[in-house]
Order: sequence, then C-alpha cells, then structure tokens
Amino acid sequence: MASVVYADHVAAMPVYPQVFEAMVPYFKEYYGNPSSIHEDGEKAREALEEARGKVARLIGAQEEEIIFTSCGTESNNLALKGISLAHQSKGKEILISSVEHFSIMHCANALEKAGFHVTRLPVDEYGMVDPAVVERAITPQTILVSVMHSNPEVGTLEPIAEIGKITRAKKVLFHTDAIDSVGNIPVQVNELNVDLLSLAASTFYGPKGAAALYIRKGVKIQPLLDGGIQERGLRAGTENVPAIVGMGVAAELAQKEIPRKMSYLKELSDRLVRELPKKIPYLRFLGHPTRRLPGNVSVAVEYIEGEAMLLFMDMEGIRISSGSACISRSLKVSHVMLAMGVDAATAQGSLLFSFGMQNKPEDVDRILEVLPPIVERLRNMSPVYRKAMAKKA
Amino acid sequence: MYSQTVMDHFKNPRNVGVIEGADGVGEVGNPVCGDMMTFYIKVKNNVIEDVKFQTFGCGAAIAVSSMVSEMAMGKTLEEASQITNKKVAEALEGLPKQKLHCSNLGADALHKAIEDYRMKKEGTTYKPAPKKCYCPFCEVETPADSEICTGCGKELLDEPKHAH
Repeated sequence: MASVVYADHVAAMPVYPQVFEAMVPYFKEYYGNPSSIHEDGEKAREALEEARGKVARLIGAQEEEIIFTSCGTESNNLALKGISLAHQSKGKEILISSVEHFSIMHCANALEKAGFHVTRLPVDEYGMVDPAVVERAITPQTILVSVMHSNPEVGTLEPIAEIGKITRAKKVLFHTDAIDSVGNIPVQVNELNVDLLSLAASTFYGPKGAAALYIRKGVKIQPLLDGGIQERGLRAGTENVPAIVGMGVAAELAQKEIPRKMSYLKELSDRLVRELPKKIPYLRFLGHPTRRLPGNVSVAVEYIEGEAMLLFMDMEGIRISSGSACISRSLKVSHVMLAMGVDAATAQGSLLFSFGMQNKPEDVDRILEVLPPIVERLRNMSPVYRKAMAKKA
Repeated sequence: MYSQTVMDHFKNPRNVGVIEGADGVGEVGNPVCGDMMTFYIKVKNNVIEDVKFQTFGCGAAIAVSSMVSEMAMGKTLEEASQITNKKVAEALEGLPKQKLHCSNLGADALHKAIEDYRMKKEGTTYKPAPKKCYCPFCEVETPADSEICTGCGKELLDEPKHAH
C-alpha cells in the first residue's frame, strides 16, 4: 500500500514526542487536582502555572492574562459571550467578519437571537477585511469587534494590527481568533493591539483538549462556566493538567521553531502552487496570494466536485479537506468562499491542502502525480465540464 | 461513510458517457447545489436499449447515477418509470442520511429522459422544467435560489444576513 501523505493539518495534527513524554507523568504519578492543598495538588498546581508561563511568553502576554479552556471553540465562546454579557449595559452591538470560524459565527447568531445586534463585515475577493470598513462600522453602541487572525480555509492573514489601532482609538474591545496562527507565525498581543485572543494547543503540535483565551488585564468578562473558582473564577472546572502541560511544552518548542517552520512549510506550499497549474487546467487559487498561512494551499478545481476528489485521493493515501457542500455535514457550501464572492459552483470543487512538519518534498511530488488523473477522470464524466468546453470551442 | 456497493459504483461507474442523437435526455440539479446529472436514453420498441449518464457531484451522486443506469438498462419504459429513489438507495445498500437527496436526483433524471422521449415522440417541443433543488433535510423541492426550505423551514444558504 502506498504510504500515507497527511496534508490536513488544519483539521488535526500529531503531538511532538517531547510533548507526549511530558504529559505522561501527569496521568500516572502527578495526577493531583491543582486545587488540592496537599503535596500532590501542589505538584499539579506548579505544572499548571509553569505551562501558563510558557503560553504567555509565546504571545508576549503576562501570565495572569492567560485563562485555560478545553478547546478553541470554548475560547471563542468565552470571548464573545463573556464580553457581550459583561458589557451589555454600554451597548449591544458586535462586529465580526463574514469569514469567521463557526465557533464565532454561530456564537454571534446565538447572541443575535438573545437581543444583540451583529454586523458581519464584508471581505474582499481574498477574504480580507478592510480596516477602514471596520472604522466606519463602529458606533457608540459597539462593545466588541472580533476578526480572525488567519483563516485556515483559504489561508488569508487579516490586518489585525491595523484594526487594533482603530479599536484602540475608538476604545472598543477587540478579540481575535488566532487559533491557526499561534505557534505557527509570529503573534504578539501588544503588536496586534488586541484585548482578547483565542489559541489552541492542537494547532502547534500540542494535544487536543487544551486551549486558552488571552484577556488583557483590566478587561471585564463574564464566565461561561460557573462552579469552582479555577482560573481566577473565570473558568470553572478541574483543569486538564496533562493536556495543559503538553500545551506548555508545545508552546515552548513552537517559540523557538517558528521561523524555521515558516520557511519549510512555505517551500512545500509554494511548490504545489507553482506546479499544480502545469498539470491541471482551470484551477482557481483562493485566499490572498502572499499574506497567507505557510503550508496552506486552497484551490478550486473547476467543473467537478470536492468530495469525489477527496475519496479518490484518500484511496491513494492522501488526506486532505474541501469546502464543498457535500463534504460538510450540513450540506452548505463554505460561507467563507461565498463571502469572498466565489460562485457556489466553483466552491464545490474546493480542495484544501495544509502541510505540517511531518510532510516532505516527496509528498508534494505524490500529490502532483496522483491528483491530475483523478481530475481528468471526474471531468470526463461531468456535464458541467462538457458544457464549459463546448462553450469555449 | 459509504457502503461497499456505493464505493464499487463510485470507483467503477457503469454506463458513463453521452449518446449523440439520444431519443431522450433528462437533466436535473445544477452545480450551485452541488449535484447535476444528465441521463441519455436510446429507446427501441418501448425498451431502453442503451442508457448513458454524466454527473457532477459527490461519491453518492456518482454511485446513484451508475446504479440508476444499471437498473434502467434493458427495461421497458413502464418498468423504468417505476424506479424510485427508495429502490435506488436500497440497491446501493443504503446511503448516509444527508446523502439521500442524491438518490432523488438520479431517479428524477431518468424519468425526465423518459418524459423527453415521450414528448419528442408526440411531437411537442420539450420545454425544460424550471431548475429544481431539493432540501437536504426534508427532501421537499424548493426554488433554486431560496434561502429557506419551503417544507421544513431550515436555512439552506449560509449567507451573511447583513450584506454590505
């Protein structure tokens, strides 16, 4: 059987061996509850705080500004709901971009149903928000702006620092979902001018089940989970010490590695972008051409459908993703692509490659070898392709 | 996610192609929805002598079209008209719930081809029916550009509510 090429790192990735090794003792020997007063509790507490320091240093924050959560979605929910509920006496208007992850989009929808007013900021053809549009959209009623740092579906990096300058000037709180950025590209909260930031260990070779929300000192927030007084009363629940320890180690490794990672992954994705059009006609690359996540290639293959391509690729051992409607369990085509003005028919043929450190140049070769015949085969049976070619003739 | 029969029809679809000068042509769906199928039939003495199809769509869509073509080949027009989405899904050993609407499309495209043949035979001009879309949640037919399913009320397009 052909060896596996895993090119779906935005969905999930393995943990580094050092991360796993660091976690094991906290399952077996140092299993104490950090809230316990005895020595086993103390050991767990120490490990927790050590991890907090590592995560804080990764993003240039202070330790007490890091609140641990169970996943990126929880961080996003805490940011949106926690801020909205805490500041609703000042106003009830929230601004988000129209290309956010579901954990922001659907959270905002829920807040809208609860009586808040949500403005979804338009994006350009690359999925980028214009800071001037944000500035115009802010009103005296606005209590929160949330724009993602990077979009994993199309790779685009948003102008967070520029937007942050505007929100600072207008004294509006600014949150960014930096889940796909932190640990992979430089992210410093004071350079970005953000008040809240979501991150998750599972995007930088840490374990699933550990994430965090950065909350700038002085920002009032209402907790989502009520219960014990863990995380300074902002997030009740016995801490997932092993996972958080893993996150700390992953953060420490990431901090040293970012420049090397960026150049390595960029080389892989650049090569795929360069070579693919030579072998497959009628492709459309999505997202910004240069301001994008390294290792991320988002492409729409015209005239055929994404899930069919994915299945054939999977049979050949290549794991990727797609934004087509058939792939999503909700059967809706990617809202990100629609917001960018990509027509739905083209979006159905979307493929997403996201490389990680386990990928090698040979993996790109394999994709270049395997994908073209799959595309040709599907196009030869596509009535859409047939009609399009007849028109061009 | 897919049964072995579905995967077989997906990997080795039967009867893919086009019939030039077909006796009946039926087309349903559109790429915006994510599925489009065109069926071509050749009819002699009331029997479907040959059937070919082309499909734009996911694994289920391709498997469904292949199975429909296999079920229709060599049947009388009456027998072929009895092919339902339920029978297609059964023949495929079942489809995931969210893919059942693909089986609607396959049977519909075949029936449209048969209808086209009958209209041609009777000399009336074939007027293409308005494009149909089916809600994936309740399988009720809704207009192609509608945002809410007329059957169950669920939202169909995940478009931002506030356009610029």
